Amino acid sequence: MLTDQVALVTGASRGIGREIALELARHGAHVAVNYAGSKEKAESVVQEIESLGRKAIAIQADVKDEQSVKTMVKKVTDTFNRLDILVNNAGITKDNLIMRMKEKDFTDVIDTNLKGVFLCTKAVARTMMKQRSGRIINMASIVGVTGNPGQANYVAAKAGVIGLTKTTAKELASRNILVNAVAPGFITTDMTAVLTDEQKEDMLKLIPLTKLGQPEHIAKVVRFLASDDASYITGQVIHVDGGMVM
Amino acid sequence: MEDIFERVKKIIVDQLDVEEEKVTMEASFIDDLEADSLDVVELVMELEDEFDMEIADDEAEKIQTVGDAVNYINSNQ
Ligand SMILES: NC(=O)c1ccc[n+]([C@@H]2O[C@H](COP(=O)([O-])OP(=O)(O)OC[C@H]3O[C@@H](n4cnc5c(N)ncnc54)[C@H](OP(=O)(O)O)[C@@H]3O)[C@@H](O)[C@H]2O)c1
Repeated sequence: MLTDQVALVTGASRGIGREIALELARHGAHVAVNYAGSKEKAESVVQEIESLGRKAIAIQADVKDEQSVKTMVKKVTDTFNRLDILVNNAGITKDNLIMRMKEKDFTDVIDTNLKGVFLCTKAVARTMMKQRSGRIINMASIVGVTGNPGQANYVAAKAGVIGLTKTTAKELASRNILVNAVAPGFITTDMTAVLTDEQKEDMLKLIPLTKLGQPEHIAKVVRFLASDDASYITGQVIHVDGGMVM
Repeated sequence: MEDIFERVKKIIVDQLDVEEEKVTMEASFIDDLEADSLDVVELVMELEDEFDMEIADDEAEKIQTVGDAVNYINSNQ
């Protein structure tokens, strides 16, 4: 159980982040629900968490903006007086072949998906160091391990997240802050809704467990990594992909 | 200044678990007080709280001895 622990989940208004926020709450955590633009969706996640008997707040913040991230983390610690779990989940895609990819599409994805993880990690480290405990769980992707045509920006960011995860794990281990990454395969969310049925069919052929993943599959692993049961795991990348990448 | 030194000393003794006598103005955190780089970061955080001030990252990097800390606080309070 995560009774009365405090979690901050970035990009928790939709998709995987939303499910992570709910899963942590079901197991006893109070949750700060970060979002970029979807205020109403974030507020409905807050309501759902409150109906489980936990505390929750929605916080608008752009993870690629340092000041915005600092203000968000301060709001969490001011509200809950501690911060035990950070889930760096916020992410975007702007796919295109390298030959067609605009510089801005490259930097936007790197700034959100990679720099955002750095900024949030830096902002929570102080509180976690003082507490002498903390868990940071970063959302990577299996394509960060394998590469993927059409996603140079995204893959570079996710491979970067894996390196950042390992380095943060080493830097903060002595303060009992455990840092791991989850690398999802193909999960049904808005992010993947843009793919055609044909593309999904092709994807299915690559999945040994013969079905697409759901946000719950990821959320349960995040909850495990946040729990006491995972107290001897740090610096790892856990693939949750139905066996796509082995 | 003397008062600041005493308050800084107390934090260092608590934080780094060192004997009081070792905490002189000249003592270097890393070379003399057996701190590692993360300990120094943490020490600066404690000083910020104790003296209710914010020490920017590039200023914090220059704080390497007990005297550096005392002087910084003395001239920025
Ligand atoms: N779906 C997959 O198959 C898959 C596979 C591998 C990895 N992942 C990773 O899993 C994570 C979640 O993906 P998802 O599929 O759940 O995506 P999603 O449904 O598109 O949701 C993205 C979330 O991130 C938030 N967000 C986007 N930019 C932000 C910013 N600058 N600051 C703060 N929040 C921001 C969004 O907030 P708003 O609602 O306010 O826009 C939203 O809550 C991402 O890191 C993604 O790369 C997903």
